[in-house]
Amino acid sequence: MKFGVVQFPGSNCDQDAYFAVRDVLKQPVEYIWHQSTDVSGFDCIILPGGFSYGDYLRTGAVARFSPVMNAVQEFADKGGRLIGICNGFQILCEAQLVPGALIPNNTLRFKCKYVNVKVANNTSDFSSKCKPGQVLSIPIAHHGGNYYCDSDTLKALEDNNRVLLRYCDAKGNVTEEANPNGSLNNIAGILNDRGNVAGMMPHPERAVEPILGSADGVFILGSIVERLES
Amino acid sequence: MAKVNVYVTLKPSLLDAQGKVVQGALENLGYSTIESVRMGKFIEIELAENGVALEQAIDEMCRKLLANPNIENYRFEIAE
Repeated sequence: MKFGVVQFPGSNCDQDAYFAVRDVLKQPVEYIWHQSTDVSGFDCIILPGGFSYGDYLRTGAVARFSPVMNAVQEFADKGGRLIGICNGFQILCEAQLVPGALIPNNTLRFKCKYVNVKVANNTSDFSSKCKPGQVLSIPIAHHGGNYYCDSDTLKALEDNNRVLLRYCDAKGNVTEEANPNGSLNNIAGILNDRGNVAGMMPHPERAVEPILGSADGVFILGSIVERLES
Repeated sequence: MAKVNVYVTLKPSLLDAQGKVVQGALENLGYSTIESVRMGKFIEIELAENGVALEQAIDEMCRKLLANPNIENYRFEIAE
């Protein structure tokens, strides 16, 4: 299953994603430069974390208009698997490939630490290897991870099981204390309406080997492979 | 030649954490009657020509890039 990792000017988690796919998932993977207009041949595309365009104007606001994003949009429209991680999630929101927006953390602090997230939907193409309600230990590193959407959108997400991950404590309780950034309903990751596009603030690609502190990211990235292969 | 001033503000329903911090800082300076502070963006655009469709073009710029309609309001004035 061929993976592509898009590189925008300022992306800095592209290599982590590349190595996670190549060395841990053992799948073919290539970088896709943001000016490329051809994404044919890929089964899954990753929009990685970082500070594309310096986060100028708004995080992801400029990257969403990179030439590659037209091809990425078409890829997603045809059902291709697309996952946006951290800055990638911000770009997906700006491009309206998933709904809502990511605004500055309510604490105004850049939060860089391991968090626990609860798998709210374990039947998606990004979580099929997870048990219902499974708690994953995955790091976050962001200043603008506060998920916001209007009440209609929130209802649509909740009613249609499109919330993928929620911040929780080690036991899986979804509490205010466990919410690192003020996100509505502790939302850490969501799906689009078709279920082929996922956006998440935590970095599964940074938690793929025990030596890194956690290998729980494999539950998410490995699910993509599992579903693609089936 | 046209000069346009664009003002982008956070929608009132959203928490403006930065504004709150600035309010606290002003209060620390002794300004005790401040009820709220909200922060936005001010963008100055100069264009080579002032055409008939200028307002429409600026509006499009705002909707597509300069503001995120999910979370921000915008307004603009053509200065000259």
